[in-house]
Amino acid sequence: MNHAASKNLNLTLKIWRQAGPKQSGGLKTYQVSGISTDMSFLEMLDVLNEQLIASGEEPVAFDHDCREGICGTCGVVINGQAHGPDSGTTTCQLHMRRFHDGDTIVIEPWLAKAFPIVRDLIVDRSAFDRIIQAGGFVSVNTGNAPEANTTLVPHHVQQDAMNAAACIGCGACVASCKNASAMLFVSAKVSHLASLPQGQAERSKRVLNMVATMDAEHFGNCTNTGECEAACPAKIKLTNIAQLNREYMKAALLSKE
Amino acid sequence: MQSKNIPEQYGARFDFFESIYLDLQGEKMVTVADTPLDGRCPDGNIASRWDQRKRDLKLVAPNNKRKYTVIVVGTGLAGGSAAASLAELGYNVLSFCIQDSPRRAHSIAAQGGINAAKNYQNDGDSVWRLFYDTVKGGEWRARESNVYRLATLSTSIIDQCVAQGVPFAREYGGTLTNRSFGGAQVSRTFYCGGQTGQQLLLGAYQAMMRQVSGGGIKLFTRREMLDLVVVDGIARGIVTRDLVTGKYETFVSDAVVLCTGGYGNAYYLSTMAKTCNVTAAWRCHKRGAYFANPCFTQIHPTCIPVSGDHQSKLTLMSESLRNDGRVWVPKTKGDVRSPDQIPEDERDYYLERRYPSYGNLAPRDVSSRAAKERCDAGFGVGPSGMSVYLDFSKAIKEDGESVIREKYGNLFHMYERITDENPYKVPMRIYPAVHYTMGGLWVDYNLQSNLPGLYVLGEANFSDHGANRLGASALMQGLADGYFVIPYTVGDHIATRKVKPISADRPEFHEALEAAKSRTAAILNVKGTHSTEHFHRALGKIMWDHVGMARNEKGLLHAIEQIKSLREQFWHDVKVVGSGETLNQNLEHAGRVADFLEFAELLARDALYRDESCGGHFREEHQTEEGECERNDADFSYVSAWEYQGIGTESILHKEPLTFVDAPFGVRSYK
Repeated sequence: MNHAASKNLNLTLKIWRQAGPKQSGGLKTYQVSGISTDMSFLEMLDVLNEQLIASGEEPVAFDHDCREGICGTCGVVINGQAHGPDSGTTTCQLHMRRFHDGDTIVIEPWLAKAFPIVRDLIVDRSAFDRIIQAGGFVSVNTGNAPEANTTLVPHHVQQDAMNAAACIGCGACVASCKNASAMLFVSAKVSHLASLPQGQAERSKRVLNMVATMDAEHFGNCTNTGECEAACPAKIKLTNIAQLNREYMKAALLSKE
Repeated sequence: MQSKNIPEQYGARFDFFESIYLDLQGEKMVTVADTPLDGRCPDGNIASRWDQRKRDLKLVAPNNKRKYTVIVVGTGLAGGSAAASLAELGYNVLSFCIQDSPRRAHSIAAQGGINAAKNYQNDGDSVWRLFYDTVKGGEWRARESNVYRLATLSTSIIDQCVAQGVPFAREYGGTLTNRSFGGAQVSRTFYCGGQTGQQLLLGAYQAMMRQVSGGGIKLFTRREMLDLVVVDGIARGIVTRDLVTGKYETFVSDAVVLCTGGYGNAYYLSTMAKTCNVTAAWRCHKRGAYFANPCFTQIHPTCIPVSGDHQSKLTLMSESLRNDGRVWVPKTKGDVRSPDQIPEDERDYYLERRYPSYGNLAPRDVSSRAAKERCDAGFGVGPSGMSVYLDFSKAIKEDGESVIREKYGNLFHMYERITDENPYKVPMRIYPAVHYTMGGLWVDYNLQSNLPGLYVLGEANFSDHGANRLGASALMQGLADGYFVIPYTVGDHIATRKVKPISADRPEFHEALEAAKSRTAAILNVKGTHSTEHFHRALGKIMWDHVGMARNEKGLLHAIEQIKSLREQFWHDVKVVGSGETLNQNLEHAGRVADFLEFAELLARDALYRDESCGGHFREEHQTEEGECERNDADFSYVSAWEYQGIGTESILHKEPLTFVDAPFGVRSYK
């Protein structure tokens, strides 16, 4: 075969264990051996958990679902980086060939005031849902829609909207930001709907309400560090934040709502 | 056999007399209900049946709707669109999902697109053609009336999604664009790059969140439905477990809408998300809902192969790759040379050899079986020998790498990230994987199960895809059911049955709650030695080996015995760590595996009883000389709907006869 033949790794894992939201937590050290370089990062955690169950210890709780990088459920901080070292890659798509035999890997949950820890590596990201609830939609009831081709959307406009709409809502932007800001997440939805003709009617109200909810949920402010863009597995661009700022300024100054 | 003697009149669905059909082999003994099952479709011209039904359905007045509560379980395309649309009408909706947010359901992973009979390409598409393609694709095992309605509603779905801001691909002038997909001779697939499912789901999610904001939907995330509560024969509520606190709760409603997806994870390895499970549907089945056609499972040919025993799930790549990729294996058994060392005349391009006119574009089921056959015969490649090559070298040589990169760049990138092989330089390796299940709970034309008040939508029901689903049709069905069918039909149930308010203090709720609690307690009490993962993998191996792409009587009988014995072992030997009072993913998984171990037996039994080959169900005893499906319309043109009689007791088979007038029986040939 052409690819580097799979190897087995012996690793030291330092994993954040916390029994519940109110308990205190800490890093606990585990050894795993015989980890194939073909495994995904989550499969490596599966191996650890099987080992823990065999020894009667409770397995490490971590969120995951589709394991193909699109649902946005998984996400841990790996050696200080949200979703680990690969760019544009979710935790589930990170593979163990990225690591070396004998490595120590530190695994922590997303850390942000707005994302309280539920257990071990699982956090509560419902603040994101509440931000969308505040205005991240087009108010159109089922059955109200006009014929789809009535409103033309030029190719480049659709492309911009699609690039912003690709956000998977994983929260890596918040986890990687020193201010725990949710600006990249909020800006992706604001840009997506502001670029399309269908989103115009609620354009001002949307941005004002979403930003107000973002602040109320205790996300921090953006200081243009750009770490969020580097960590984003869906490659959401920082330019969306610039658009969010424009939209917000325009709405705050000119909106009559 | 019963099916040869179908009475003209379909009688009442609830009082029937059973007759016993005895086969000489004990395991094949099946009790068949005397009265055929009635799908309650409207009569008359197929094109006006849905209008006819809408005229007949009773309405609930706008100011009365808020007095009624509807439970929607699941927040995929079907559940999300149903919850949003019902709340818009004014019902109190209680929406439940197993994930941490309603935006995560596995509909999100659909890549290719959504079909609709818009005929924007002026290429001869029509509602009738979409209907016909779908019935033919499903090998004449779907209900004609339902499929026609689906095709009719397809165009409204696109309108609705565009109005929500779904960024469908566009032409430079701004009109919507289309691409072609398998099983059709027209371009009718709408798409958002390779993320169509994601964008449609986010559209439904956003519509839902708007209703959450307005108070029409109350959202319950990280909740698992563990039972259905039936009061006086009508579905009136559910039992859930809060996955964070371990708390059990009961919820009362006037109707229950189940949108809980497919059961592919019975095979352990599939392209489905890890939490996809059969539990909610299976618990409804145990409360009396019939399970229809469980043996109709779809296996997709272009998935990334298993890389080792650690494999936890499989990843699908769009089948569009077969437009330019050539499938081959070495002509010599066990040839371990790297592919570039194998000369052209020592390669077997087996699809091109066997299906000269379709070649590498032979349909999903045919291509999948051919790959399995080559690997089983010892010609497979890769470290495990369980994969075949999909080679782009000819296309790269002829068209240039840049053209191939433009067409498939993202797929090649995904492949490389997972396998660490560069498909521009070495052929891809692929192998088939389970990725969709056509079977599900039985529903009538109104999408109501045989239990009044229980509606089943999307992949969780059985109705529209027959024995094989066409690409880009799953998204269409989920959204048609949720946006455009359930808002009409649920009102009819409430208005005609005049459901009365009830309280959760009724004994039926207590009984269901205690049943759910005691099942969890029983699992925790086993305190055995093997993990849930061990049992799930063992079940998956039985299913894949004997109830997978090719099935035969001997294998199925063997599988049923093995499943029974594994189930026995599970209840004596499973080890679950931790308690039921906290977040415990190990315990959640154990409950789902326990249900798969019961359900898998029914799947195998259905496959055993359906003694024909059609679509995704291939019985080796019934194939043509070329290895194609040999369907038996005379004996098997019906829906198999199974009625639960207890674990270890044979289910009763209800047959819903299928007739084909507007899309008459034909042959699927790909030579």
